[in-house]
Amino acid sequence: MRSFSELIDKLLLTSSRNRKIDVLCDYFKSTPDPDRGFALAIITNSLELKNIPISKIKEIVRENVDEELFALSYDYVGDLAETISLIWPYKENGHLPQISKMISILKNIKKDELSKKIQTFLSIANETERWALIKLISGGLRIGVSSRLAKTALAKFGDKKLDDIEKIWHGIEAPYETLFKWLNNLGPIPEIDLKKTFNPMMLANPIEENDFTNINSKNFVAEWKWDGIRVQIILNDFNIKIFSRTGDDITQTFPEIKCLQEELVILDGELLVGRDYIPMTFNMLQQRLNRKKVSLKHIDDFPAFVKLYDILYLNNEDLREKNWAERRTILESWYSKNKNRFFDLSKIINFNSWKNLAEIRKNEIIDDQHEGLMIKSKYSPYISGRPKGYWYKWKKDPKTVDAILMYAVRGHGKRSSYYSDFTFGLWDGNQLSPIGKAYFGFNDNELKILDKFVRNNTIKKFGPVREVEKTFVIEVAFDSVNSSTRHKSGVALRFPRIKRLREDKPTNEVLQLSEFKLEFL
Amino acid sequence: MKWINENLYISPINTYIDPSKPVENAIITHGHADHAKPGHKNVLATKETINIMKIRYGENCAENFQELPLNRTLKIDNVNITFYPSGHILGSVQVLAEYKGEKINFTGDYKTKKDKTCENFEPVRCHTLVTEATFGLPVFQHPNEHNEIKKLLRSLQLFPERPHLVGVYALGKAQRIIGLLRQQRYDKEIFIHGALEKLCNYYIKENVFLGKFSKTNLKDKKEYQGEIILAPPSAIKNVWSRKFEDPIICQASGWMSIKQRAKQSLIELPLIISDHADWNELTDYIKLTRAENVYVTHGREEAIVHWCKMNNINGLALSLSGREDEEDL
Repeated sequence: MRSFSELIDKLLLTSSRNRKIDVLCDYFKSTPDPDRGFALAIITNSLELKNIPISKIKEIVRENVDEELFALSYDYVGDLAETISLIWPYKENGHLPQISKMISILKNIKKDELSKKIQTFLSIANETERWALIKLISGGLRIGVSSRLAKTALAKFGDKKLDDIEKIWHGIEAPYETLFKWLNNLGPIPEIDLKKTFNPMMLANPIEENDFTNINSKNFVAEWKWDGIRVQIILNDFNIKIFSRTGDDITQTFPEIKCLQEELVILDGELLVGRDYIPMTFNMLQQRLNRKKVSLKHIDDFPAFVKLYDILYLNNEDLREKNWAERRTILESWYSKNKNRFFDLSKIINFNSWKNLAEIRKNEIIDDQHEGLMIKSKYSPYISGRPKGYWYKWKKDPKTVDAILMYAVRGHGKRSSYYSDFTFGLWDGNQLSPIGKAYFGFNDNELKILDKFVRNNTIKKFGPVREVEKTFVIEVAFDSVNSSTRHKSGVALRFPRIKRLREDKPTNEVLQLSEFKLEFL
Repeated sequence: MKWINENLYISPINTYIDPSKPVENAIITHGHADHAKPGHKNVLATKETINIMKIRYGENCAENFQELPLNRTLKIDNVNITFYPSGHILGSVQVLAEYKGEKINFTGDYKTKKDKTCENFEPVRCHTLVTEATFGLPVFQHPNEHNEIKKLLRSLQLFPERPHLVGVYALGKAQRIIGLLRQQRYDKEIFIHGALEKLCNYYIKENVFLGKFSKTNLKDKKEYQGEIILAPPSAIKNVWSRKFEDPIICQASGWMSIKQRAKQSLIELPLIISDHADWNELTDYIKLTRAENVYVTHGREEAIVHWCKMNNINGLALSLSGREDEEDL
């Protein structure tokens, strides 16, 4: 664990991207298999140790440290793994096993041995190892390294193309020995099973004002950005697999969707619920998500279908290097032969100028169905990631409401000493009713103002939550509102963020909840 | 504590300890700015503390100065005052006040660890202990300072082309870091920010060995490759530090044990070296003094007070205003 803990410590404290890459390269160079592969898996969040709940670790700490002292410390430090690593009172001689060994021990640990084993590990470890160990168990390192960055480091380490690594990434797993062999030029590029492997998607950049003057509308097409979830569908051998944007296999969640193909076909589209290809709201789609069991009633009430955007493979042929226009023709011809009730083509919107497209965006958008527009270059190949200059998204304008700051909690990681998670509300009669939470949208300076306000205006504390004086008005932007039975206010905002501080605004000018519902629901 | 109030005012002799505003009579425990303020009428302190105050605030920063050497008792009316070394910085003391047989000890800022740049800490028994609590949480357990200095030396080997900018408090920390480097046989010249110069010179005058050092003079960026440069924490965060090419930003402070805090301040190499007592030193000392009452002046008071309760000691937080965590700049 020593070298792994030192690695993530260094990564945390290094702010330059290039230096982080160097740190990773050094580690890959100096660490043998399978340790480096497991470290890679942890950093890219590809390995989960689900068998040890973090509550168990907390329990172990509570048995060994005074509760009040722990609470005061946690409140001060703000990060659970750090607090435990610093406060752990015992020290024993010994060495922690290497990371690969540690993972296998943790995976196979028996319930009745768990407490004792973990205690021993915590006592043998130094502070940094303890910190790393708890991060490993709790998942989510938060050390400022994205999996994209780790792959970039791999590409540099092996002098290979990043895109080649992206293409095979989802088909290989820890400890990635074949990958490292290839990177060290000791073996061929790992072969992956295309039929089972998610291919990272091509994503769009938000369009900026000056993009319109720099790009020629004649080279672009537009389509609706449907308000569902982006999926990749792999058809092969009369089988279907559906992957979410992040590569999660969600086939089981939508068992009704079927399409029989013998040869490999990979499609890109938006999964929605609705009838006759007319989408219901995102709220309704959510009824189908994250369910372990799918009932027939759910399938009946909220039948799923896919609006097809793109095609990546047809009859085993990789189409990703072809341009969009060619792929669209291929998609249309495949669709005409394989039409079924689960698939619909996403329609192409005709426009003759950006001004014309702006009018369409303004007049034809259907709030419940569209998130905005997609603008795609006719000449774009299909490239994983977010390449510049090919695809743009032009979201609909957010809605805004002025609300009153009610509660605040400290953030995590870099923001652990700032009150940066805020709950805000509207009037319900002469009482305030919370309608949502937001933890971004503000800049650093605004965060400082909010943090200071919270510290100086706390009226009550509930554990880590501070209730503040109801005097601070903030302008909240959000994409849409759904009615919700889970929230007391009866509404749930989608994608809420703090757009502006309105310290100047009197709180009695804030809307009543009923007025808000009338206007937005 | 009838003869002493929560502002550290000793009423029988009309004297304050480390007052934050100008007063008639002040006892000053040490020269840090949050303890030693200018403008008092009469100041009682060690020779070193008086000199440091004069260096920082000018010769006339108080009307009268009276020196009191360590371990010597001064009788003022019917109160006995004795200074014991607190091991914090050059000239720093604990103040033991004795009145009608009751002993109250004010720790000022202290550490019990050995430090070659100042007198080492001496424990004192008392009935009532008035203690600091800068690092009064059990998460603060300062590691061995020599190992921390070795981290800096290892980084110099690893990145011989990068200047190592170390954020240090100008009084005490700067000189201790230089001293620790010398103990590791680092005998190269050490560079310092101008703000550190007077105090370093004063330490030398008091026979503290610091070896060769000089002020930075930034004409040629390349000049400082692989060198150690000490500067106040505020300087390593502002434009001054941008004059160096690709520096490694380090900071020597007890707060550096908290990684997220180091990260927030953009510190690449945190050195956990503190001139304050950590949690174990604070609680061990409370036990050692056998004090029945413990008053906590500044820092994380709540945890120390709670610990006192667990150990059947009367604990109370004084929450003195005007005390900053000087290491927290």
